[in-house]
Amino acid sequence: MSTLFQRTLPENLREQQQEIEGYARDYGLDFFETIFEVLDYEELHMVAAYGGFPIRYPHWRFGAEYDELMKGFSYGLQRIYEMVINTDPCYAYLLEANSMTDQKLVMAHVYGHCDFFKNNPWFSHTNRRMLDQMANHASRVNRYISRYGYEAVEEFIDACLSIEDLIDLHAPHIRRADNSGLVQTNTFQEEANPASAPSLQPTRFASKNYMDPYINPPEVLQAEADRKAKDAQSKEDRRSFPESPQRDVLLFLLQHAPLKDWQHDVLSIIRDEAYYFAPQGQTKIMNEGWASYWHSTMMTRNILKDADLIEYADHHSGTMATSPQRLNPYKLGIELFRDIEERWNKGQFGAEYDECQDTYTKERWDKQLGLGREKIFDVRRIYNDITFIDSFLTPEFCAKHRMFSFAYNDEESTYEIASREFEMIKQQLLNNLTNHGRPFIFVTDGNYHNRGELYLTHQYAGIELKQDEARDTLTNLCKLWGRPVNIETVIDDAPAVISFDGKQHEVKTKSS
Amino acid sequence: MSRSIDQDLSRFKNIIRGQVRDNLKKYITHSEMLGRKGRETVSIPVPNLNVPHFRHGNKGSGGVGQGEGDVGQPIGKSPQEGDGQGQAGNEPGSHIREVELSLEELADLIGEALELPHIVPKGDDTIRSVKDRYTSIRQTGPDSLRHFRRTYKRALRRQISSNDYNPLNPVVIPMREDERFRSWKSIPEPHANAAIIYMMDVSGSMTDDQKSIVRTEAFWIDVWIKKHYQGVERRYIVHDAVAHEVDEETFYSTRESGGTRISSAYHAMKAIIDRDFPPNDWNIYGFQFSDGDNWGEDNQDCLSLLLDNLLPVCNLFCYGQVDSPYGSGDYIRELKKINDDWEHLILSEIESRDAIYDSIKEFLGTGK
Repeated sequence: MSTLFQRTLPENLREQQQEIEGYARDYGLDFFETIFEVLDYEELHMVAAYGGFPIRYPHWRFGAEYDELMKGFSYGLQRIYEMVINTDPCYAYLLEANSMTDQKLVMAHVYGHCDFFKNNPWFSHTNRRMLDQMANHASRVNRYISRYGYEAVEEFIDACLSIEDLIDLHAPHIRRADNSGLVQTNTFQEEANPASAPSLQPTRFASKNYMDPYINPPEVLQAEADRKAKDAQSKEDRRSFPESPQRDVLLFLLQHAPLKDWQHDVLSIIRDEAYYFAPQGQTKIMNEGWASYWHSTMMTRNILKDADLIEYADHHSGTMATSPQRLNPYKLGIELFRDIEERWNKGQFGAEYDECQDTYTKERWDKQLGLGREKIFDVRRIYNDITFIDSFLTPEFCAKHRMFSFAYNDEESTYEIASREFEMIKQQLLNNLTNHGRPFIFVTDGNYHNRGELYLTHQYAGIELKQDEARDTLTNLCKLWGRPVNIETVIDDAPAVISFDGKQHEVKTKSS
Repeated sequence: MSRSIDQDLSRFKNIIRGQVRDNLKKYITHSEMLGRKGRETVSIPVPNLNVPHFRHGNKGSGGVGQGEGDVGQPIGKSPQEGDGQGQAGNEPGSHIREVELSLEELADLIGEALELPHIVPKGDDTIRSVKDRYTSIRQTGPDSLRHFRRTYKRALRRQISSNDYNPLNPVVIPMREDERFRSWKSIPEPHANAAIIYMMDVSGSMTDDQKSIVRTEAFWIDVWIKKHYQGVERRYIVHDAVAHEVDEETFYSTRESGGTRISSAYHAMKAIIDRDFPPNDWNIYGFQFSDGDNWGEDNQDCLSLLLDNLLPVCNLFCYGQVDSPYGSGDYIRELKKINDDWEHLILSEIESRDAIYDSIKEFLGTGK
């Protein structure tokens, strides 16, 4: 499929693109073919509202996003210079109103992203033909709209979106025996079969005939078979499932919720897209840092002309601005990459460096290894934000960048600077990054009370759920499940269960 | 090219509009909106439309920031939302979205909510603009306006009558005198104009609270009447024992003390009508707000002015009596005496802020 806009790049931009692409390749960046298109601000904001795609299924939240972006743009509060999509070929959209300096900066930046999309492992399971897939989703949803009515479909999508983040971020990367089609919906049907139920046959290992009684002793096999039968029986008696808590609530609903065919399909669309977008959240700091590192490197070493300097510096520093309340992923990312490069150039790593107690020596530590560039390429090939921060954030870095952790003061209802200790900052940052800083929620029982109720468990880790929103979410979840829904969580430091039976909410403190 | 986002945008706006309509009663009685009024639009804060998710609450949440500051220093109520920057304590739910509605849309909404009949402007419309229509024919004119068919018809007739016409070789050649041209007639387009005259009692017994009620009502009245007329002129009169014509700003901010003589305001209104708004050309609306604490002897003068000079020329004359802790509120009883004879005299008692809704409905519910 070609793109929606089909606008060829103007001559002068095409020349720039070729030049910049050349630099990018010379630096060793490795990317899919990258196609640039120039959009006017309305089109670009539309694409941005659609999460980077020219076509999405109809839904009001895109309109809301668009409205907000357009207002922000027309009041001069914010500006999107570019959008780039993780596809093969990579599509990147440039804002028509960008100055030539901006276009050069942005193109260099885009090549950083494209390299990252292609090489970072967290993107390896994403669908590179997502442009087509999104259009396909749009036409499927449109078909349901024309058949079942806009309101019905919209209401259902609203309900699905409420739990769209209840997916298993790591699932695409784990090969399980019953993993077939965890992500792709088209192969999903196979999995809906009860094939996932464990076999009652004992495990037999391959063996030559004469060895068989030793490798697969009959009495052991018998014992295993008995145990499995007993397990199955007790599970049957309890009539509860799933076997173990399931993180992918959406998948659980797809398998067990009483959905109509079209609802099933819409839910699987939402799930597909959630899995597609998930890696971008998991690698925001790295991805933006990597792209910024490369635009900065290419601009300052190769591309920048004298006349571009002021504007480039202005816009670059604008993007890198920090604020007390928000960690700028661009800034954190680029600085960490530079820090890593410097440390590996100077050999400031490894046991010898770590064990050195003398600050003076450490500061002047320089073994002239020159491994920096190579190291950051490795980093982008292996890490995601969590492991990136975990491995490379150093006390020196935190101090240099005036980082602090902040915490909510319940009495003052305000956020306060909590600490400037390295361990605290790192812990806080990792907490915020883990699961996107969202609560961990599992399906623990699909037949709660043996009444077909859904029972979710919030794995409490010190932060309570926002209650009003949790109730609304339960209301939406109930629309999908069709039976009462419950979530076990902690309210005011005491275990509690919030329930919704289709009419009203109930909060029960758990007396256990 | 029609873009697919337009559909989503208009759907979103419809949802918002639905929200505004559902909460209109709240918006109508709250004066905070008035501050949000632009020239053409009003921005209305609506609770952000968000898809609910399981999210962390504030308690126990935190994040990482950069910058100066000591431990314990507050940095804000809620951290700004970073793009996917996973800060616990993001509060999308508390984020208030401002929606801009045009005054026209807003008028439609209150019309719907209050079930107001549309105003039928009274008969004598002012002639405001003139439109040209090409409906007639002349013998002279520019070539571009030449009426081809008529010209050839005349040429044919002339040739037949002068025996120049040969049916075997039907050549018709128009001459100068055959030519006919389209011509225009100027058609006056009637436009109804409205004049709204607000009168307010600013005697000592009217407190700020009452004034704010008046202000809120006047806002909605403006919105509704403006919707129905091309041109709306507004005049403001404040009075205690004497009346002054003032501008809008002064109208709401003046604070005077002293007695109350409502007839002074009626005199002023009459003067304005005589000077600026010939009743034949204008739809005149009078809105009077007072706590009804008129000086006893003045009542008779007021009634006669109303009956003789004002009521006959007004589309609508509304008297809103706000409940004042000081006023006796007698005046409305006087007006009730004549209320039966004049159906476009509307009386309304506004006891509190919450009564604004009903009182607007009373005022504008007549369709005049």
